[in-house]
Amino acid sequence: MSDRFEHDVVLSGIGKSAVGRRVDRDPLALVRDAVDAALADAGLALADIDGLSTAPGPLAGPPMGYSVGGIETLTELLGLQPTWFTASPETMGHAGPIIDAALAVSGGLCRHVLSIRAQWEGSHRKLMAEGAVPPPGGGGRQTGRSQWHSPFGAMSPANWIAMQATNHMETFGTTREQLGAIALNARANAARNPDAIYRDPLTMDDYLSARLVSTPFGLYDCDVPCDGVVAVIVSHVDTVPDLRQPPVRLEAVGTAMSERFSWDQGTMIHEPMVAGPAAHVWTRTDLKPADVDVAQLYDGFTFNCLSWLEALGFCEIGEGGPFVEGGHRISLDGELPLNTSGGQLSEGRLNGFGLIHEAIVQLRDAGGDHQVPGHPEVSLVSTGGGHPGGVLLLTRWR
Amino acid sequence: MTANRPLPLLSDVNRFFWTSGSDGRLRFLRCRECRAWAHPPQPACRSCGATDLAPETVSGRAKVLGWTINHQPWHPAFPPPYVIAVVAMAEDEGVRLTTNIVDVDHEQLFVGMEVDVVFHQDDDVWIPLFRPAEDSQ
Repeated sequence: MSDRFEHDVVLSGIGKSAVGRRVDRDPLALVRDAVDAALADAGLALADIDGLSTAPGPLAGPPMGYSVGGIETLTELLGLQPTWFTASPETMGHAGPIIDAALAVSGGLCRHVLSIRAQWEGSHRKLMAEGAVPPPGGGGRQTGRSQWHSPFGAMSPANWIAMQATNHMETFGTTREQLGAIALNARANAARNPDAIYRDPLTMDDYLSARLVSTPFGLYDCDVPCDGVVAVIVSHVDTVPDLRQPPVRLEAVGTAMSERFSWDQGTMIHEPMVAGPAAHVWTRTDLKPADVDVAQLYDGFTFNCLSWLEALGFCEIGEGGPFVEGGHRISLDGELPLNTSGGQLSEGRLNGFGLIHEAIVQLRDAGGDHQVPGHPEVSLVSTGGGHPGGVLLLTRWR
Repeated sequence: MTANRPLPLLSDVNRFFWTSGSDGRLRFLRCRECRAWAHPPQPACRSCGATDLAPETVSGRAKVLGWTINHQPWHPAFPPPYVIAVVAMAEDEGVRLTTNIVDVDHEQLFVGMEVDVVFHQDDDVWIPLFRPAEDSQ
């Protein structure tokens, strides 16, 4: 018996709906597609599911396309009455629902948790452009954190994270071309993934000459809002004989917070809230950064990815730029293949669950044209940052 | 850019901050016990837990820690391009504001730039903006 709750569980099934800038279907129909795919993948039936987790759950105020609802919506949609459930907007990165599920399974509350992340941000943006829903900062006086950003037109994480990127560039000499290497790598991998949204070749000239969003970020530094759903099933390790195929192990999680929960009151040299979970994950495993065969690092913006590379110890703080420069080290056949399905920058912003899906695909050697060669054994996923981050370290079934 | 700028909802905790500029001076909440600053304002000190906090005037001098020129039209009140920055107050680098840098040549922006507060009144709110400090160019 291991004393780590992580070792009591496996990731037994994955499923993904159609994903696109705008998928012309009700988002809950996409949820159903992803759930059906995950159940079939695991060899389980809906009746086997006794736990349900999602994030962010129902949101107050304008939904921003960031959520299709929470437990009420999902239990009604699926006809489920789970033994255990959770939906939280404040969790350990986008990996939070998986980590919560693992704790619940290890704690004996349930045996198969369906974990779902669903978004319709692509469709929502179209509605916003048409004036059918209000823009961010709309709708009256601002409260909470928004009052410290909205009166200055600092409406988006693109603005908040751009300021850390500027600090990193001026402190360490990081260049736009170095950030661009992350975007070009994502696009090169997406070109090998038929499910990715943007697959056309991207050159450094394209990257540098794209319209600016919030300096130093241009269009290709920003991930792609989309419609799409990913479902992941977290099961007790004792159920492995019931499964259709070998699952993936959860080796360790990183959940700790080590800095202020703020976009501007703490560090300026990396995206906030990545240092805690990044350090924590290495305290829960004997594996080291050098043991990681493939990494899916959260890339809401190129700079987020750079922050995670440094925080996780793949390179020194401030050395992220040279680490990714030219893209060779992070390519499919490099020493640390990165965001192998195209990441959120080119595959689409599935809010962390796309990265988790891909990490599992890689450990099954199921990546097709974007499979990392040499049968990767260890796959690391980082999610979030800005708001709290969370890390999953996954290993091939043995 | 003043048409319908989003404004804060004033409360007993934040009113002192958002109206501080009415006399041209910037204030932050400070703990009377351990002297730590408390921003954003809240009813208890993050450092020592004391609940005896009071607004204290600062010089209004700050240093740019990060900046960006926003080009994306997010909101009708903010036609791009405009400069957003995180500035650290001279009294304590841990006390920050996300703000706009105004009256600045975009080519002159840099991390470490010294700036001074200037207030923009909108309705019952005095919004603290910053411009390059004249004595540090």
